[in-house]
Amino acid sequence: MEDKILLAHGSGGKLAHDLIVKSFVSALDNPLLAQMDDAAVFDVKHRLAFTTDSYVVNPIFFPGGDIGKLAVCGTVNDLATSGARPLYLSLALIIEEGLSLNDLKKVIDSIKATADEAGVKIITGDTKVVNRGSADKLFINTSGIGIIPEGVSISGSNAKSGDKVILSGTIGDHGIAVLSKREGISFSTTLESDCAPLAGLVEDMLKVSRNIHSLRDPTRGGLTTTLNELAEQSKVGIRIEESKIPVRDEVIGACEMLGFDPLYVANEGKMVAIVAAEDAEKILKVMKKHRYGKDAAIIGEVIADHPGRLVMRTLLGSSRIVDMLEGDLLPRIC
Amino acid sequence: MKYITEFRRSELAEGLIFDIRQKSKRKVRFMEFCGGHTVAIFKYGIRQTLPPTIEMVSGPGCPVCVTATADIDKAIALAAIPGVIITSFGDMLRVPGSRSSLQKVRAEGADVRIVYSTMDALAFAQDNPNKTVVFIGVGFETTAPTIAVSVLQAKEQGIKNYRVLSLNKLCPPVIKSILDVGEVKLDGLICPGHVSAITGSNAWEFVAHDYGIPCVVAGFEPTDILQCVDMLVTQVEKREAKVEIAYKRGVTPEGNLQAQHIMLQVFEPCPAKWRGIGMVPDSGLKLRPKFAIYDAEVAFDIKPEPTVEPKGCICGEILRGVKTPADCRLFRKVCTPENPVGPCMVSSEGSCSAYYLYGDDSGR
Amino acid sequence: MCLAVPVMITKIEGKEAEVEIGGISRRISLWLTPEAKVGDYVLLHTGYAISLLDQEEAEETLKLFEEIAKAAK
Repeated sequence: MEDKILLAHGSGGKLAHDLIVKSFVSALDNPLLAQMDDAAVFDVKHRLAFTTDSYVVNPIFFPGGDIGKLAVCGTVNDLATSGARPLYLSLALIIEEGLSLNDLKKVIDSIKATADEAGVKIITGDTKVVNRGSADKLFINTSGIGIIPEGVSISGSNAKSGDKVILSGTIGDHGIAVLSKREGISFSTTLESDCAPLAGLVEDMLKVSRNIHSLRDPTRGGLTTTLNELAEQSKVGIRIEESKIPVRDEVIGACEMLGFDPLYVANEGKMVAIVAAEDAEKILKVMKKHRYGKDAAIIGEVIADHPGRLVMRTLLGSSRIVDMLEGDLLPRIC
Repeated sequence: MKYITEFRRSELAEGLIFDIRQKSKRKVRFMEFCGGHTVAIFKYGIRQTLPPTIEMVSGPGCPVCVTATADIDKAIALAAIPGVIITSFGDMLRVPGSRSSLQKVRAEGADVRIVYSTMDALAFAQDNPNKTVVFIGVGFETTAPTIAVSVLQAKEQGIKNYRVLSLNKLCPPVIKSILDVGEVKLDGLICPGHVSAITGSNAWEFVAHDYGIPCVVAGFEPTDILQCVDMLVTQVEKREAKVEIAYKRGVTPEGNLQAQHIMLQVFEPCPAKWRGIGMVPDSGLKLRPKFAIYDAEVAFDIKPEPTVEPKGCICGEILRGVKTPADCRLFRKVCTPENPVGPCMVSSEGSCSAYYLYGDDSGR
Repeated sequence: MCLAVPVMITKIEGKEAEVEIGGISRRISLWLTPEAKVGDYVLLHTGYAISLLDQEEAEETLKLFEEIAKAAK
């Protein structure tokens, strides 16, 4: 019994078939997938949202998650940002020859657990194996379909002057948790990635208000990149208060040490909501009741000034522009 | 966070701002030498809180920004040598050399690794006995002693495959050089807080004594910088010129004698080329002959290609405080953090980077 | 310049120490501050303690700021 993935596992023969049936189909366990057709066929009578993402995170196991959990959450959250209830996911794996079967099993189990929590099924998939060195252990692509409830229209271009900006929780957790495991930058922390599926949170929010104008999950590039994108898409200005942004002590500590700004550090389980001012408090209240929104806070507002730009009122009360992240976040000595 | 949060309290900052505004009558120009101060000043929007009598100008205190193109080319040439692992602080990765950068050569296959500390570089050396780990040593007096320790540790632990490319520099000589050239008239110097933790505030006595310029050593929290400005204004209004320490919790007049001793045990001053300024005598550090086996320039025959300076880049004048990024034709249009032409835009502490990321639309 | 951050020493082993800030911990070198003790706060720069933080001076400075803030009202 091999304990490592071989090129043959991706070549369509018996070894590949066995891998798919034993490791994937039985683990992910649903009728559509079990049909083993090349395409999953189903009926839907609603407006749909459709998204795709690829995941290449390194290391593939990090505190609080792994590439599998990340893949499901990432796609579920993208669907959630249009207000959609996620329904089905596809799962495509590109595996580097030599990956341990045990690691692969852990990732698949994680995918299943996360999918179950998010209420989605993985109904179609693909597996390829590439030569050693042609992929970094494991790359994953997930595409997802979700149903948009009647009367819901959420888009990055819908933000309006006067709207409030709500952030669902602390920023920078994921980036710092992953960084703590990187060679050459070691520090220890109990901090874990915030990787989480947020469709349930969004559903709760939609139950109390239909005046949610924009939703986006800040991932790479951090909160500022997301807010800049929304400002540009909606052609509005956004002003946030530095003192209102929730950041954990561990993230502040690591950022101080390495010279990062938490505003630019990656997240994987947070949502930014731009909502009509009159509904902000009740949306905030329902978010705080949810497991993934307990640290939610109103961090700013949408304004008519300087459209396309994000401005922050600092601790001193003065304002400064907060631009998008350009290039990579690199630890610095100066 | 202790020693951080308390010094960020907005009501304390407001009090200091009020005090400055009350006291400041004469028009003055203060230079913050240190890039870390430039960033903090922008990040907290300090310029906007100061009265119009105070003009702030940035100096060449960013060790990344002042690294000569030829020196970057040396690092890149080292990266091309088979069997060499380049270890570097993150700051250096995107700095453009004549034709390339460490980041670009890494993408082309060179083994270039970012480290937070020389301790990590030494660990790489121990883990890779068949390769040579070269550490790109940049930084001022704050960093040079730490690099010196890594050399002493390599000696102590018998690590034979560790080398340092010393591009380290010293601050007082370059400040003297700028003051001697006299391009910018200064009424006060915000002295670098962490360099001074090592050198002691005594290192700046010559500025007050020989040039009659008030000096105050500042920390990096918003109240620290405001306190420093407050003290400089007080000196100016009293027509005094002396060296004071605002950052009393971290800096003393003598500094860290142990660190100074270790630094000079391993390094000796030498002439160094500062980008935009030129050769400054006794402003660089090179490994003493006793430690030559750890010197990358001795171990390798480094042959970089001829240096090409970036066209149109006025980083030099910006570093000397003569011009601001807003004066540069390339700023924002061609030169951006993603596509930097000169080092002032690459370094997270460079003036151009700070103006770009934090500045308001007036370019302030 | 130079990024240095105040951290607290939680353990010392020879010339190295474990330090803590905001719940993050790291192993650092005390080669440059051999006089440091457990419980001291030091300025950490690139993995080395470069200076001890003087608690009394810090408190004096904050007291001074508070007086200035009071006078400003």
